[in-house]
Amino acid sequence: MTAIRTENLVKTFGTTRALDGFDLTVETGQVAGFLGPNGAGKSTTIRVLLGMLRADSGTATVLGMDPFRDAVAVHRRLAYVAGDVSLWPNLTGGEIVDLLTRVHSGQARRDARRADLLERFELDPTKKARTYSKGNRQKVALVAALCTDAELYLFDEPTSGLDPLMEAVFTDEVRALREAGRTVLLSSHILAEVEKLCDTVTIIRSGRAVETGTLADLRHLTRSSVTASTVADPARLAAMPGVHDLVAEDSRLRFDVDDARIGAVLAALTEAGVSHLTVTPPSLEELFMRHYGDETVEAGV
Amino acid sequence: MTATTVTDHRHAAPRGGRLRDGTSVREPWAGTGHLLRLALRRDRIRILIWFVAIVGTVAATVPALEVAYPDAAARQARAALMTNPSAVMMTGPAFGLDDYTLGAMVANELSLSLFVTVAVMSVLLTVRHTRSEEESGRTELLRGLPVGHYAPATAALVHVAAVNAAIGAGTALALLGSGLAAASSLAMGLATAVTGLVFGAVASVMTQVTAHARAATGMAMVVLAAAFLARGVGDVIDAQGSWLSWLSPLAWAQQTRLFVDLRWWPLGLSLALTVVLLAVSVRLARHRDLGAGLRPERGGHAIATRGLLSGPGLAVRLLRGTIIGWAIGLVLMGITFGSLANSLEDMLAEVPDLGAWIGMGSGDLIDAFAAAMLSYLVFGVGAFAVGAVLRLKTEEEAGRGEAVLATGASRLGWVASWFGVVVAAAVVMLVLSGLGLGLGVQAATGSADATARLVGAALVYLPAVLVMAGLALALFGLVPAFAGLAWVLVAWVVFVGWVGALLDLPEVLVGLSPVDRTPTVPVEAADGGPLLVLTAIAAVLAVAGLLGIRRRDIRSN
Repeated sequence: MTAIRTENLVKTFGTTRALDGFDLTVETGQVAGFLGPNGAGKSTTIRVLLGMLRADSGTATVLGMDPFRDAVAVHRRLAYVAGDVSLWPNLTGGEIVDLLTRVHSGQARRDARRADLLERFELDPTKKARTYSKGNRQKVALVAALCTDAELYLFDEPTSGLDPLMEAVFTDEVRALREAGRTVLLSSHILAEVEKLCDTVTIIRSGRAVETGTLADLRHLTRSSVTASTVADPARLAAMPGVHDLVAEDSRLRFDVDDARIGAVLAALTEAGVSHLTVTPPSLEELFMRHYGDETVEAGV
Repeated sequence: MTATTVTDHRHAAPRGGRLRDGTSVREPWAGTGHLLRLALRRDRIRILIWFVAIVGTVAATVPALEVAYPDAAARQARAALMTNPSAVMMTGPAFGLDDYTLGAMVANELSLSLFVTVAVMSVLLTVRHTRSEEESGRTELLRGLPVGHYAPATAALVHVAAVNAAIGAGTALALLGSGLAAASSLAMGLATAVTGLVFGAVASVMTQVTAHARAATGMAMVVLAAAFLARGVGDVIDAQGSWLSWLSPLAWAQQTRLFVDLRWWPLGLSLALTVVLLAVSVRLARHRDLGAGLRPERGGHAIATRGLLSGPGLAVRLLRGTIIGWAIGLVLMGITFGSLANSLEDMLAEVPDLGAWIGMGSGDLIDAFAAAMLSYLVFGVGAFAVGAVLRLKTEEEAGRGEAVLATGASRLGWVASWFGVVVAAAVVMLVLSGLGLGLGVQAATGSADATARLVGAALVYLPAVLVMAGLALALFGLVPAFAGLAWVLVAWVVFVGWVGALLDLPEVLVGLSPVDRTPTVPVEAADGGPLLVLTAIAAVLAVAGLLGIRRRDIRSN
């Protein structure tokens, strides 16, 4: 079963191409991470999936339905936390939680779950939203969403503004959702969060999915950093396919190598004789930096 | 004008300011010049629109009056109408009626609308650059830069003062250009500017009292309405202004006796009040923190009531304060207007021929008066309805509309229930307007059925109000970026109702006002034809808006 599928999604705002042929698939029961820098199109994607925006072309299916045409039916089965939570300043946190949870069950949830979440997120429901800090506003939206018994949870940068303790509470809650077989799409630019929580990751850049797969899949596509003390000819190594950014200082070499080519490169090193070798596995951090940090993306992966 | 003494920090030596505990702060005005330039940059289009609308109206009005009233006889005939209380309420103290020159006509019949307009503008601009900025957190952003404690407020005041000065100068030039007397033209320009400034200062005090921009605007508008009523009633009591008139800053500008027997000193009152209000504002500002009001925020309910969770519950809750404010204002205005009806009878007693001359008996005269007053109250209901519909745009852009929709509410349900609340509130307000006016008339004249008849008459204006609200909804649904243009119709309705007859505007243009299309009940019968047409137009607009919202993107900031 597929909870979310988009194919070749395009959305433009004036001359800006916010989504430029974006593909995303999230299977039911998965926790999918959605990584990208600011302005990459994460919120636009989520707002298309919510039916707030209508894509210019391409298709989007959420829970088997068209999110624009069947918005209400889709919304009855999902919960959503916006990236930039804006609350009614003169309503209290408790009132807002009730407002945002009322529709699913016909009336607001007043059960132990609500009380438990308010307590765990240390939220005072009697305070007017105006007096809440950014983190507290975020918590109101999170409590409302987590109170909701939904099939699909859409979180747009859910932990922005939360302190580490509250992040841990959120992490626990998402794990509980996964164990209960719910589907979660979580956008973030915090890699540790995605690494901790997600089964699959899609990286979006300039409105396109530049990589997608499980964490293991992605690591397979990435490069490792190698330092070696060797008498091997640096020029010959640098010419090998898959070797990048080679720097030679006397007999010490530093270079990056595509993980797919690492065997051949190591063989060449061994053949030439190597006295010291470190191979550092790629962190998601590096993977991320490579997609947004430099020109290597243009060169293609 | 006082605020202009502080212009740019580069020219001002660092002076000490003092906070509430007596602590002095250094360079309290640092960065004022930069903030002023920022304000001017942000408002360049807005200022241009106000300037063109106000100065353009003045420049176009004088020649139009020359055409409509080409000779002394025509003007003298007009002057005879000016002692009617409904005319006095909407014009000014009647100076120079025995020799009704063009200048006297401009001063009497145009100046009040001009002063009220700059007052409204100054309130909106002042709140926009002070409390709105503070509420949104942008002031804090700027204060994080090397910017002094008093710089944001000072820049806002200088900004408002500069806009008023420009409009005052433009007005004076427009009057001079029409060939009116130089001294009085200058005085009218100055009166325009200082009246704007007084209400800017009123708004500045209100922004200290409440932490909410909308409440600050509302409170300043209440002061403006009170000033309007005080001078209206005061001028009805005595045609050249009674003690009551002198309580109103609007009257001071008019008491300069422009183009008749010019005196400058009443403008000194306006300047003095501005200084006092600004001093109060500074004093209040020292007693509060950035972002706070004078009163600490209270807590509320931990759970939502059943009412809030019902379909239109959220709309009712969010619009509640606005609805109550307008309702109280309209009832009070209605009672005040209505109670002026007794001076109609005095007028008939003094000039027994008047009734025969305009072909009306006492009862007809009261009806005509009530009909005119009712149409003015409808301006308020229309303004409420448009403002309340446009709050949907605020909700959408803040992302709160999206939050509601994501819980499974349909777009149609969200917008239609909101619109329904606005329409229901508008009906209540029309009833209250008729009720207030009727009670006033009944108390003043003893006419037993006035209240019932005027409540019925007020409801005849419902289709016109629906057209205004419907236009706002249509723009919101179809072209949300331009939804604010719905205010143009409100402004046009007010303009036509206030000075349309004076200017003898072409029928086509007058007819664009749905209020003008409405039969002037209770003088005329409530003819169903135009009302059906207006209702149909309103329905088409509303349906267009509802269809539009279903198709378009939901915007967020």
